[in-house]
Amino acid sequence: MATETLTIGKALNTGLRRALENDPKVIIMGEDVGKLGGVFRITDGLQKDFGDQRVIDTPLAESGIIGTAVGLAIRGYRPVCEIQFDGFVYPAYDQIVSQVAKMHYRSGGKLSIPMVIRIPFGGGIGAVEHHSESPEAYFAHTAGLKVVTCANPQDAYVMIQQAIYSDDPIVFLEPKRRYWEKGQVDLDAPLSDAYPLHSARVVRPGTDVTVLAYGPMVRTCLEAATAAAEDGRELEVIDLRSLSPLDLTAAYESVKRTGRVVVVHEAPSNIGLGAELAARITEECFYSLESPVLRVTGFDTPYPASRVEEEYLPDLDRVLDAVDRTFGW
Amino acid sequence: MAKGDPGGTTRGRRAAPRSKKGAAGDPALVQLLTPEGERIDSATGPDGTEYRVDFTDEEYRGLYRDLVLVRKLDAEATALQRQGELGLWASLLGQEAAQVGSGRALRTQDMAFPTYREHGVLYCRGIDPIMPLGLFRGVDQGGWDPNEFKFNMYTIVIGAQTLHATGYAMGITIDGKTGTDDGEAAIAYFGDGATSQGDVNEAFVWASVFNAPLVFFCQNNQYAISEPLERQTRVPLYQRAAGFGFPGVRVDGNDVLATYAVTRTALDNARLGQGPSLIEAYTYRMGAHTTSDDPTRYRIASEVEAWQAKDPIARVKAFLEKQQIADAGFFAEVDEQARRESVHLRERVLEMPNPEPVTMFDNVYPNGSPLLDEQRAKFSRYMESFEGSAH
Ligand SMILES: Cc1ncc(C[n+]2csc(CCOP(=O)(O)OP(=O)(O)O)c2C)c(N)n1
Repeated sequence: MATETLTIGKALNTGLRRALENDPKVIIMGEDVGKLGGVFRITDGLQKDFGDQRVIDTPLAESGIIGTAVGLAIRGYRPVCEIQFDGFVYPAYDQIVSQVAKMHYRSGGKLSIPMVIRIPFGGGIGAVEHHSESPEAYFAHTAGLKVVTCANPQDAYVMIQQAIYSDDPIVFLEPKRRYWEKGQVDLDAPLSDAYPLHSARVVRPGTDVTVLAYGPMVRTCLEAATAAAEDGRELEVIDLRSLSPLDLTAAYESVKRTGRVVVVHEAPSNIGLGAELAARITEECFYSLESPVLRVTGFDTPYPASRVEEEYLPDLDRVLDAVDRTFGW
Repeated sequence: MAKGDPGGTTRGRRAAPRSKKGAAGDPALVQLLTPEGERIDSATGPDGTEYRVDFTDEEYRGLYRDLVLVRKLDAEATALQRQGELGLWASLLGQEAAQVGSGRALRTQDMAFPTYREHGVLYCRGIDPIMPLGLFRGVDQGGWDPNEFKFNMYTIVIGAQTLHATGYAMGITIDGKTGTDDGEAAIAYFGDGATSQGDVNEAFVWASVFNAPLVFFCQNNQYAISEPLERQTRVPLYQRAAGFGFPGVRVDGNDVLATYAVTRTALDNARLGQGPSLIEAYTYRMGAHTTSDDPTRYRIASEVEAWQAKDPIARVKAFLEKQQIADAGFFAEVDEQARRESVHLRERVLEMPNPEPVTMFDNVYPNGSPLLDEQRAKFSRYMESFEGSAH
């Protein structure tokens, strides 16, 4: 078993490399993905090894990146598009929502757009405006798209490949502030059986409160669980991994044992993913609930100036506070 | 007087005297068949390219047949909409030559990316003309196989398909299918209004820097719904290409021969690896934008009449008669065929069944989705709960 210690960023890079090696139809495209290796270096070295027709430095035009990738997909390629930052995906929003998401449906199944749209998302890196957003709800709301996010190097390595080999168009959200976090990666990990792309995973078992998180917040919630354990409370932390479709089997099972739920995400709460999770859990587990499903989220403001982002972003204390409140009912 | 001023400024100059030569005599307008049906041997594009065609009598008659058929089928669709059988129809009336000329210039291996008005190109691709009617009737979303016919889905979002065409053409290059005579090319259709869209301009940039084997085919029918050309541009559209680094040519879009010639040349250049080009087919939308539109609110009768005199079918007919390529018997036979096919179309449209409601859950994802499976199952149970339900 080839196991290595990699950062999330390097794990993504290695996964992309594998995909390029295994399938000549895989094409990586985006702004600065070639020589520079992307602004986060996720595509580092790939153009050097696979050439500029497999790893394409594109013009600075997001709608163009996605729109031409649609044409390449129709031609039989599997484009992997990089959007440089979350806040710059909006010029491509029409192509993603109106074209990528609907092409299979509109063509009565005759066309597939097996595309991956990689977006570094979320805050916490002290960036200027438009560099720290959480646009997942826009995409998760769109039928025809699938939305996933990874929270550790092993998932980064496996999920990016799973996404590329899937015939569904997938928005792949990368927790940018966790790019530098290290973990063990089994490079021979099977892509299909153990953890299918669209499955959630219990990352810390517990008995008292179910905590649902994804992407950058998984780590925050794990830290909260460690802290809570010192106070004698066992949090069960579930990494959703797939935001559309949601896999709530583990969550329902967990809630039926714990009776308490806290949902944590960086995105604003209003009409966000937390609302969907709360509604679904209420419908499914109503008689098991000891208290309402609580949300810990970013605020309903534009992402604020970075000097106050620590206050904007859910942190350990806010998670623990919500955990306390679930016991107050 | 025609809106827009070929070769000159496009700002409104309603009162200013215009050359009596009109569009036909404009040096920037490639023309091989005058509105009176006179053949012009060859015409020169703005970059010096010589355009000519050499058709057999049979081929001339074939083009005429195509033009008449697509006009008739289009008229039938308009009538069906008026009778409530279609929700909407976007007529191609007046644009037959632009569509048949370019459509017939395509080779089997070339891929077309249309808007919602390209019924004539669709016809040339060998697709059953009933196909777009399903979309406008609301029983499907366009039922043909884009890969089989090399003709993509109709695109309603203005300009979006030009990027798809560009990406597809990039794929042709990566596949190594250019540089030879039997190479492949792609063609993107769009209107004058679409040239204001970001996507179209991005497509120009991309196609240019990647030297994509692509023909941008703009049907300048002078209006985007109610907005005249002057509201989209101050520069003749074909001249825009220069700024992006590829050739642009304005062709008489009501002249099927010239449209054929410039499209064939542009496609050949593309497949030989010479990159993209822009064709502005200078034409006029004779009818409404769609059946929901009232063109009398924004254009005057004399303008429509002036374009009537440049009718794309009448001039081919005049030419065929003058050259004695076709006789009255032929014209009658074509009319009869068009009548038969439109009746047939009508019968089949009336028989188009509504889709089973549960099929709305089909084809959302190639790999399916548990959320949808759950909703479909619930929906089916709900439908079955009705007494006497056949579902
Ligand atoms: C992005 C977008 N905006 C608005 C519309 C509504 N709309 C439909 S057709 C049209 C005018 C298009 O004009 P043009 O590109 O000249 O093509 P034409 O219809 O004349 O062939 C408009 C505004 C649309 N379909 N897509």
